[in-house]
Amino acid sequence: MSSSSTSIMDNLFQRSLEDLIKGFRLQLLGESNFISRALEEIRREIKSTDLSTKSTALHKLSYLAALHGVDMSWAAFHAVEVVSSSRFQHKRIGYQAITQSFNDQTSVMLLITNQVRKDLNSANEYEVSLALECLSRIGTHDLARDLTPEVFTLLGSGKSFVKKKAIGVVLRVFEKYHDAVNVCFKRLVENLESSNPQILSAVVGVFCELATKDPQSCLPLAPEFYKVLVDSRNNWVLIKVLKIFAKLASIEPRLGKKVAEPICEHMRRTVAKSLVFECVRTVVSSLSDNEAAVKLAVAKIREFLVEDDPNLKYLGLNALSIVAPKHLWAVLENKEVIVKAMSDEDPNVKLEALHLLMEMVNEDNVSEISRILMNYALKSDPLFCNEIIFFVLSACSRNAYEIIVDFDWYVYLLGEMARIPHCQRGEEIEHQLIDIGMRVRDARPQLVRVSWALLIDPALLGNLFLHPILSAAAWVSGEYVEFSKNPYETVEALLQPRTGLLPPSIRAVYIHSAFKVLVFCLGSYFSSQETTSSSLAQESSSGSSSMNAFTHGSILNLVNVIERDLGPLSETHDVEVQERAKNVLGFIGMIKQEIAEKLNLQYNETESSRVTAFMEDVFSEEFGPVSATAQEKACVPDGLELKENLGDLEEICGEFLKPVESESVSYTDKISFSVSKLRIRDQQETSSSSSPPHEASSLLAEHRKRHGMYYLTSQKEDPDSNSTHSDYPLANELANEISQDPFNPKRKPNQSKPRPVVVKLDDGDESRITPQAKKNIQTAKDDESLSRAIQSALLVKNKGKEKDRYEGNPNSGQQEKEESSRIENHQNSENKKKKKKKKKNGESSKHKSQRRNEVASASEQVLIPDFLL
Amino acid sequence: MIKAVMMLNTQGKPRLAKFYDYMPVEKQQELIRGVFSVLCSRPENVSNFLEIDSLFGPDSRLVYKHYATLYFVLVFDGSENELAMLDLIQVLVETLDKCFSNVCELDIVFNYSKMHAVVDEIVFGGQVLETSSAEVIKAVEEISKLEAASNSISLVPKSVSGWRGR
Repeated sequence: MSSSSTSIMDNLFQRSLEDLIKGFRLQLLGESNFISRALEEIRREIKSTDLSTKSTALHKLSYLAALHGVDMSWAAFHAVEVVSSSRFQHKRIGYQAITQSFNDQTSVMLLITNQVRKDLNSANEYEVSLALECLSRIGTHDLARDLTPEVFTLLGSGKSFVKKKAIGVVLRVFEKYHDAVNVCFKRLVENLESSNPQILSAVVGVFCELATKDPQSCLPLAPEFYKVLVDSRNNWVLIKVLKIFAKLASIEPRLGKKVAEPICEHMRRTVAKSLVFECVRTVVSSLSDNEAAVKLAVAKIREFLVEDDPNLKYLGLNALSIVAPKHLWAVLENKEVIVKAMSDEDPNVKLEALHLLMEMVNEDNVSEISRILMNYALKSDPLFCNEIIFFVLSACSRNAYEIIVDFDWYVYLLGEMARIPHCQRGEEIEHQLIDIGMRVRDARPQLVRVSWALLIDPALLGNLFLHPILSAAAWVSGEYVEFSKNPYETVEALLQPRTGLLPPSIRAVYIHSAFKVLVFCLGSYFSSQETTSSSLAQESSSGSSSMNAFTHGSILNLVNVIERDLGPLSETHDVEVQERAKNVLGFIGMIKQEIAEKLNLQYNETESSRVTAFMEDVFSEEFGPVSATAQEKACVPDGLELKENLGDLEEICGEFLKPVESESVSYTDKISFSVSKLRIRDQQETSSSSSPPHEASSLLAEHRKRHGMYYLTSQKEDPDSNSTHSDYPLANELANEISQDPFNPKRKPNQSKPRPVVVKLDDGDESRITPQAKKNIQTAKDDESLSRAIQSALLVKNKGKEKDRYEGNPNSGQQEKEESSRIENHQNSENKKKKKKKKKNGESSKHKSQRRNEVASASEQVLIPDFLL
Repeated sequence: MIKAVMMLNTQGKPRLAKFYDYMPVEKQQELIRGVFSVLCSRPENVSNFLEIDSLFGPDSRLVYKHYATLYFVLVFDGSENELAMLDLIQVLVETLDKCFSNVCELDIVFNYSKMHAVVDEIVFGGQVLETSSAEVIKAVEEISKLEAASNSISLVPKSVSGWRGR
């Protein structure tokens, strides 16, 4: 008694969903309080034995779940109870709750099978519709298997309201239970000839999905789709059929020829932009070999581009980027519009335009386009600016810097990117600076110059995003120090006090680079001592080394500077920095006394020269690019069990693994490449490339002025030190000022200059199967059984048809036989249709017969031979 | 396939949200917030399409339309046509307009159940099954009638008779 009395009280005073919504709008408790109150109420009400109370509670709960993120999985059983109510309203609430909250893991899923079956068999079409909707959303393998007979029956329903939904549900049923294909496929295909636009639209939609998953299995139905393509005037249907043909044509090129004409016809005829766009997209993506169709499509794209509607403009650009790889002329034709679109207010349009600009890049215009883009990057918001930088970086580095001829220019450009105020692509730039250093020997002098300019730019040190670039710059200046104009200044830049702003890992690179520079200077000094002592006569010829002017004083000075700057770091907390600093200090400890005492250095038997020679050897081995497949090439030693017990490794030390990996690629992976020492400076090369060093030295002068107390008196007077601006340059100004320079037409790539050798590894740079592609293969495998099911269903269908045909129409000619078996589906109406066809053929003779031949030839290809037997 | 239908107001409150692939409610809320944060940052008079792979996985597109205080949003994949989806929003809005005679946000707020009926008639398990608003209205009215009929019986709930019978 108590339970029934509470339930009537609940029922009378229960808040309806509308009350709840009203309450929400008036509540003063705060949203989460209100929700938890309401939930309490619902939890009580939903236990009621009265289905009205229960269903109202469930309704409120599904509202809260959908719009306020309240979990409703706990109410799964109550939903099953509500759905079993005989009242339509309850049923609807129940089904809504089920579709919304059930998934494969829901344990009470098993309990709904019978209810759904009952409702599928209901005389009330709206109840059937609820059950179908439910099945299409949450259908599992079991549900699909158990309810296939009902779905099959409904496919034959006379009510289009039910039939269209039954067609829709087939997709889910096929996907979950492949054997259903054998049962339902024939009925599904029959609907392709339906005159009811609702039904046709539904069935074409289903085939569009099937063709997306597995075009091969839908290929035999091409004639049916073709008929729809030609006959239908419903834009929704046509769009879906076009999508199907886009998929089919990609695996059966001959189909492309055949559908091109009707597609062009639609393109010319229709005023619906959606259909025009779909035609265009189909042509440019799948029929791109058909010149005439592509021309028409590009003309339509042009119409889109000049429209004021931003949607059409965006889609036009979108279509252009599809057409670009095969028909670049279409993009070039619209160059002005694209460049204009770069300053559009719509981020989508800008992005598409950027994409297209990068498509146009080739070795002749790369500098011009980059100039345009860098100017846009300076003006743009951070997001788009980085998008631009990213596009330039990836376009230029594509296929081992394929389009770059003038690496001096490109390296300069990389340096400039660092000075764009919003630049956040430090890691990518870092990678390219190092990569070019390793791959392109001729670019190294310029790399060193640019790196030096970056190192002494005081504005960069404070920007977190640019630290990777500085790391690369430091590495380059150490590794290729032989191209450095003034190693002393390099050391000063590497050890300047503001490097304290850098993270320790990068600081360590700085210190190590300073070490390399020091070793190089000492080595040069000793060897110049040798030359002067042993053969004075040759002094004039070895001008390159004398230019360094490594005097005893300057070397001593250098050693002192390094010792002074690194001294404090030997007690720093970071082990890496400390280690590096101590290495250098230890080395200095070994050599310093001899140098300071100015022992007779003429003899290369001194301790210090031996140590130096040893260190030079250590640093002399060149780094080369590492093939991406290098790891795979290394054979696994016997007894080494990989993939065993290493599963936990990532978990245990995942934090440490990553940085180690990334660093090892750039620095430690040595490939014994060529061990030739690049000791002798190529003076001509150094002096031939012009302006940047001036600028850089003026920057250093600025830096000196500001941090004068940290500098020792320099060896040479800086020529520009007085002529430059007196103010501390802001990063922005710098960027504006300098960015003009590299794009100066005078510096445009000189075509007569041969492209330097770029080291390319045979297979490592090739694009390999990406994880995405692998995943696709995986999903393809999953779909395989579905496609097999469809193919076998088609086999059965066609065999049946053939039999019919022989019985009903034994005298028709061979070619006609073939065609009719392809084009016609309903055998009963075959004769009638054939007459019609013949009439048509008579009307437009040549063209049609040609088409027929094409049908025949296409059908041969399309068909799996079995069908013809 | 259509992946989701959403109606959000300009404050980011969802008024209707249907996801055609199952996902937990937390994920749904996250996606709603994600979509809103993209939408509200878009200036007026720009295109209505967005690539939204970051939220909905690869090959996801979004089309939205801004009416008064509401955003109507459809998320879909490569087997739908962008402009057709834009038309579909138009169909949806027209249908609602006829259902509620001059629809406004409050109609949508207070007619949660009817809203679902409308959307379910147009989009069925992620597929567009109906594009004629007349057909949709016909079905929705039929559903309302059935609900009202089943409700009138419930004026004398079973529990009452059970209680009386005791």
